[in-house]
Amino acid sequence: MSSVPKLNKPQPRWLVFGLLALGLALLPFLVDAGLGRSWVRLLDLALLYVMLALGLNIVVGYAGLLDLGYVAFYALGAYVYAWLASPHFGLHLPFWAILPLGAALAGLFGVLLGTPTLRLRGDYLAIVTLGFGEIIRIFMNNLNAPVNLTNGPQGINLIDPVRLGEFSLSQPHALFGYTFTGVHLTYYLFLLLVLAVIFISMRLEDSRIGRAWVAIREDEIAAAATGINTRNLKLLAFAMGATFGGLAGGLFASFQGFISPESFNLMESIMILCMIVLGGMGHIPGVIFGAVVLTLLPEALRYTGDWQRTLFGQIYIDPADLRMLLFGVALVAVMLYRPAGMIPSARRRQEFADAKG
Amino acid sequence: MDIFLQQLINGLVLGSVYALVALGYTMVYGILELINFAHGEITMMGAMVSLAVIGALALAAPGLPGVLILGAGLAVAIPVCMALGLLIERVAYRPLRHAPRLAPLITAIGVSIILQNIAMLIWGKQYIPFPAILPQGRHEILGASISDTQIAILVLAVLIMLTLILVVQKTRLGRAMRATAQSRQVASLMGVDVNRVIASTFVIGSALAAVAGVMVSAYYGLAHYYMGFLLGLKAFSAAVLGGIGNLGGAMLGGLLLGLIESFGAGYIGDLTGGFLGSHYQDVFAFFVLIAVLVFRPSGLLGARVVERA
Amino acid sequence: MSVPKVGNLPSSKLDAELTPLLTVSGVSKAFGGLQALSDISLQVNSGEIFGLIGPNGAGKTTLFNALTGLYSIDRGEVRLGSTRLDGRKPHQVLQAGLARTFQNIRLFAEMTALENVLVGRHARTASGVVGAVLRLPATRREEADSRERAHALLRRMGLAQHANRLAKNLPYGDQRRLEIARALASEPTLLALDEPAAGMNPAERAALRELLLQLQADGLTLLLIEHDVKLVMGLCTRLAVLDYGVKIAEGTPDTVSRDPKVIAAYLGDEAL
Repeated sequence: MSSVPKLNKPQPRWLVFGLLALGLALLPFLVDAGLGRSWVRLLDLALLYVMLALGLNIVVGYAGLLDLGYVAFYALGAYVYAWLASPHFGLHLPFWAILPLGAALAGLFGVLLGTPTLRLRGDYLAIVTLGFGEIIRIFMNNLNAPVNLTNGPQGINLIDPVRLGEFSLSQPHALFGYTFTGVHLTYYLFLLLVLAVIFISMRLEDSRIGRAWVAIREDEIAAAATGINTRNLKLLAFAMGATFGGLAGGLFASFQGFISPESFNLMESIMILCMIVLGGMGHIPGVIFGAVVLTLLPEALRYTGDWQRTLFGQIYIDPADLRMLLFGVALVAVMLYRPAGMIPSARRRQEFADAKG
Repeated sequence: MDIFLQQLINGLVLGSVYALVALGYTMVYGILELINFAHGEITMMGAMVSLAVIGALALAAPGLPGVLILGAGLAVAIPVCMALGLLIERVAYRPLRHAPRLAPLITAIGVSIILQNIAMLIWGKQYIPFPAILPQGRHEILGASISDTQIAILVLAVLIMLTLILVVQKTRLGRAMRATAQSRQVASLMGVDVNRVIASTFVIGSALAAVAGVMVSAYYGLAHYYMGFLLGLKAFSAAVLGGIGNLGGAMLGGLLLGLIESFGAGYIGDLTGGFLGSHYQDVFAFFVLIAVLVFRPSGLLGARVVERA
Repeated sequence: MSVPKVGNLPSSKLDAELTPLLTVSGVSKAFGGLQALSDISLQVNSGEIFGLIGPNGAGKTTLFNALTGLYSIDRGEVRLGSTRLDGRKPHQVLQAGLARTFQNIRLFAEMTALENVLVGRHARTASGVVGAVLRLPATRREEADSRERAHALLRRMGLAQHANRLAKNLPYGDQRRLEIARALASEPTLLALDEPAAGMNPAERAALRELLLQLQADGLTLLLIEHDVKLVMGLCTRLAVLDYGVKIAEGTPDTVSRDPKVIAAYLGDEAL
């Protein structure tokens, strides 16, 4: 019964990991050289969305709780960062203190907002979470009076970048003979955190907790009758998802240097949900893929201007106007073609140790 | 007193429009258990198409009576929206009837994005004014005022809702719809052409949405390619508030939401001692929605389904 | 490694009459105007196989749901040993040692057979988020132990070869047995089975019978809803009969099958 190590051919696996690591390390330089600096920035943004999508995946993909207000936690993380590291209140606390604080606070809110929704199922849950998201957005828009908390629709400006001592991620640095710009350095920071989030997601998925979440998704009543405290585990899913959302929010605020309620509307929640469903709900590679594709696709569709010029000799429709239309078409087409997502969970990852019982 | 009555009138008018849109959500949900996310966009399309017709006619034949021009706008907008509803059902929802639950929700979102952007490409990003073709009369009742447009909206909405109830309760189609909502499988075994029923549901819902779209643009005096989003959101909330899948619930929920919003906007300042202004009216609506659902998880008129174990 | 025994109570058939395990006293439940259960009292003794029979709609499943915390009861009291079960949540009932299966199999369809049984271990394990993420030694031990037990249960149910198949892809009979395996994984003292033989062919029924007797021999107490009268009569030590939410008879299979009220309930009044 005790398992013998089953890695028959260890070299290929390490080779794959090595190549992947090398590829990820070089990616920003390749992108910079091939597509330009603005695409490195997009890459950073894509990493943020991977984080958000993985967070929401815990709630929707694992526990099956359709949450349409997820962006509220993203916003919370962002505003906490902005309050504590910008001229708005004159506070400039270090990022390593604020990021965990924002994430924890978002997690706490996840529990607070989750509690009243525990009895709701399916679409009712969706509409209530959506309501929460809208309420928070409206508060962001209007809490500039009587006390100016959010600065209203103008948002908060001049937010500190991630900075350690004199080392700021907003300026270029010369290291090992190369010049790393802000967006490059940000990429590595985000990549590191994304890897951590992936690691946590994977470990949770393959654990007592993860199994309990999936059981709740599959059949809540049977799950309860099988000994799962559905209330606590749902709240845990909300809290974990919200924590990742809050973390991403803080990073977003530091990265942009500016936040406003505009960035946290319902469409944003819907986008993150689309990433999960389009990629493959509950399946980490699918979710990552969905997040990257949906972040980059609208930008890539800007190139339709060039296509129009080569095809017709002139631009008929402003590509900026066309891209969202094509984006919608892509959403519909992908779902019709692959209803379970681009990379659906091949649920049957063969569990080596269990192949022989 | 006059403020109270004024808010009551405003709330009822707004609420009856919400109710019309909510009916579309609730009918589709009742039969397919699908949030037809694109329904708000159909309402927007109704407003845009009718405004295009009305604008053109008002320019081409300035002497024509306003009611006639409005009628022409409706006469074009309703079939266009019906065709749209039919098309969306056929292309985006029907192929996914047996797919994972969230897949049709994503196509629905995709369709809304498509409709929004088509509207934006055709009519541009600016607000489109509703031409002053309607009688601008206002009537004083006990210190509150109600306009001809408001009266027309209320009367028309009530008539449409009564007709819908008659159709659902008395006709063959209505019976087939109710049967399909109970169980698609059994209905089809009993000889109901389920695909036809579902298509009809979309067509009827879209026609209501077209009328509601015209009403909204007439009421606010403008239309915009993005107007469907918030309107749809509120109408869906209204449907959930009333108990989704239930026609009476959608009407009640719509009216309640309209009243909550208008009273919320009117009184929230007084209630909070000026701390919160009228821009919090949406918060108010959502708070009520959440409170209702937390205490009555299936909405006001929703069946309380005992969980079958 | 030896096959683990299921059930915590060492017992033999001799003391079966002596120790009450499940005590139901005066349980009532109404849905709106419908009195689904009226004043039900019964007692299941440790080590016995207790049958619950009655015509369709008699309230058997409702009673199951009331016992296992899915329904709250209006009146009455339920005890497992000395633990009060009424007013508890389903997971607390399971924690206390009462596990169940469902009439219309409720497996976790998109999980493998193994994972289904592992979920059954939930109540007997404790590791949390930190343990799972860091794979702390305690978590690893717990997980290994759970897997070992789960595999043993799958082997015992003849499902070992299906361990990595999705529950929804298993044949019907295997699904029934998987549900039992999942319930057993929680190491219950009382196992409540809602029509376990429904939809099974004669060979499968015979195998099920053997299995239930084995479980009894291991010291487990069984509460069984079943339609197959032959199976029930041959298997159960005692029976209770429900009709329209009322207990109309209780006793050994022999006495119950001769009870005129039972005959009337099953055959209709014209049989009298």
